[in-house]
Amino acid sequence: MTAHITDGSRQRRRRLDRRVIVPLTVVSALVGAVALSGCGSQRDASVFTVLNSSTDDSYHGWDAATLKRCSKQLGVTIEQQSVPAAQVMTKSLRMASSKSLPDIIQFDGSEMPTFAETGGLLDLKKLGVSTADIPQGILDYGSYKGTYYGAARTVNTLALFYNKDILDKAGLPVPTTWAEMQATAKKLTKKGSYGVALSAGGAEDGVYQFTPFMWSNGGDETDLDSPEVVGALDYWKSLLKDGSLSKSTVNWTQADVNDQFMAGNAAMMINGPWQVETLNTKKNLHWGIAQIPVPKAGDDSVGPLGGGMLTIPDVGDTAREKTSAKIVNCMTSEQEEVTYALNSWMIPANEKAAAVWRTKVPSLSSLADQVATARSRTAKLGSGWTSVSLALQSAFQSALTGQSSESALHHAQQRVESGN
Amino acid sequence: MSSTAASAPAASAPAAAPVAKAPKPGSLKRRRTLAQWGFIAPAVIFMLLFFGYPLVRNVVMSFQHYTPSTFFTGEAPFNGFDNWKNVFQDDLFGKALWQTILFTIGSLIGQFCIGLALAVFFNRRFPLNGVLRSLILLPWLVPMVVSGVVWRRILDQDTGVLNSFLGLFGAGDTPWLSSTGMALISVVMVNIWIGIPFNMVILYGGLQEVPKEMYEAASLDGASAWRQFRSITLPLLKPVITVVLVLGFMSTVKILDLVLALTDGGPADSTQTLGTLTYQNSFAQLDFGAGAVVGNILILISAVFAVFYLRANRNEGK
Repeated sequence: MTAHITDGSRQRRRRLDRRVIVPLTVVSALVGAVALSGCGSQRDASVFTVLNSSTDDSYHGWDAATLKRCSKQLGVTIEQQSVPAAQVMTKSLRMASSKSLPDIIQFDGSEMPTFAETGGLLDLKKLGVSTADIPQGILDYGSYKGTYYGAARTVNTLALFYNKDILDKAGLPVPTTWAEMQATAKKLTKKGSYGVALSAGGAEDGVYQFTPFMWSNGGDETDLDSPEVVGALDYWKSLLKDGSLSKSTVNWTQADVNDQFMAGNAAMMINGPWQVETLNTKKNLHWGIAQIPVPKAGDDSVGPLGGGMLTIPDVGDTAREKTSAKIVNCMTSEQEEVTYALNSWMIPANEKAAAVWRTKVPSLSSLADQVATARSRTAKLGSGWTSVSLALQSAFQSALTGQSSESALHHAQQRVESGN
Repeated sequence: MSSTAASAPAASAPAAAPVAKAPKPGSLKRRRTLAQWGFIAPAVIFMLLFFGYPLVRNVVMSFQHYTPSTFFTGEAPFNGFDNWKNVFQDDLFGKALWQTILFTIGSLIGQFCIGLALAVFFNRRFPLNGVLRSLILLPWLVPMVVSGVVWRRILDQDTGVLNSFLGLFGAGDTPWLSSTGMALISVVMVNIWIGIPFNMVILYGGLQEVPKEMYEAASLDGASAWRQFRSITLPLLKPVITVVLVLGFMSTVKILDLVLALTDGGPADSTQTLGTLTYQNSFAQLDFGAGAVVGNILILISAVFAVFYLRANRNEGK
């Protein structure tokens, strides 16, 4: 582009200059103004927003239906904004800094304490959210430092899923203890098919799956190198050593585990009820569900408590916050909980609702039993859970890929203590 | 505003010719400078807003105690070099830095060599040349995360296609992603696969510019194919090679999405890179100060290479 410019065209160019400069300046000023003003938005008095992670079609639809009923009941418009689960926290923080928080945020149980710690959440009891008929464990799950910030609609936990056909064919009962599970898994492991599948991936999925083994063995997240936690990890290692557990388990998320189970590559799996919808799409798969086996007969099977909780962030408008509380009350009402639980295969938080639910899906009652003893991951550590979780992920992956459980967990405990 | 300034001298010109004549070239010059700045301004404003501001912000943030509460209060007290100290004392940082170096060098060598070989191969005419060339572009079209997820399935130790295939030859138990020793190599391999099209396309473009007569002359002089490649292709391709390597370096050193999709940094942190460490610090631990430190280090590394690149280009111009 080095064409010669004649005088005439130069003249034309100069005249063009003025015509161009003004719009250009206007455009750059506009771009600047838009960029600087951010996205602080005016709230509409009759429109309420709920931020959740229901990006999945079915979940989005169930939530929309609930919100529609609540909208009608309360005479306001409730809108749903769904982002991927991993983004709920960061999105909320960004919205907080631009003073445009939604009226209700549905956090995952492991994240709520972090947000509560900032002082950005409101005490639900003070706002009039009902806590009647909610078991203490679930109240604790929604509390941080003694204040109730999160109302769960439904909760979930992990359980042992087993392929009925495979177990029946081998004439084996559903295992209830670690030793039984190990023996059963070993017998069911054949070429191309594993006795048991679980997720030991490098994310919260893996940690979630490790907790029932750690806790049922008497271990604790505050002391990662205790003999009990080491014992739990050694148990995982022994399953791997037997060949009952695929070596790829360190790469699997819980969804991958479910895929393996559905493909018939695993006779049993540790997983949660949120997989049931997918499991049921495969008609010729006959599965059953049981509590996660315990170290020795008579021990309690302690699972992790999971599921989203509805929180009300401080938007600086008391009247709005009161209405938000009414929306939460509506969403956690007995009927809505049962409906949502039946759709999503989770367990209603409310005891009365749970009783109704049990009569409707007796096949999942072992899940309800597991929830009764389930523990919250953040009850002891609050927002400190995240660093323990990261250290633990690294530790069990090290152990499953060769290191001794003891040294891996010792290193993890040091990492937590040094604050890294 | 500009219209009055433009019409004023024209109107007064006949009345006060000697006075008007003097400022005319000056105002014209000023107007031209103004015009020039007018053209540059949008770019400058854009750069300052979208590159300058985040950059400065990131540097400042690395010296602040920046927590989730900061988003509410806006308060992020300065804590000197605390974040930097914490990051440097973390074992994971050294590990991630070393793995980033291995990852970058491995990827660049692999992408470049295979890309160049393919470019040279496709530089001759043969049937189906165009079809094959566009097929090789496919990895470029697939989003990084999708490639990651698909490759994770392919490389699965027990149920992956690759091991089933290798099993036909009696070697089907390679722990591609599930061993701490192997995972990084596998991630590099996938990244090479992703990077080949880019290298090939740019180098192929460069090869098209090399005059065919030079090869004819060389072959008349009895130069072998290898000698032609070494003495004609490589030297003439040098500027393009610099571009490919520097751009490749910059996109490789900050790798994040591919690693997250393939291994999540695991097993046991064996595939953590500076990119995933930034992500983990900022978005898993919500320690934005520490995340900013690692981010700054990445920017610094890239900046050093950008300088090399500019240098090389300037020498090229001389």
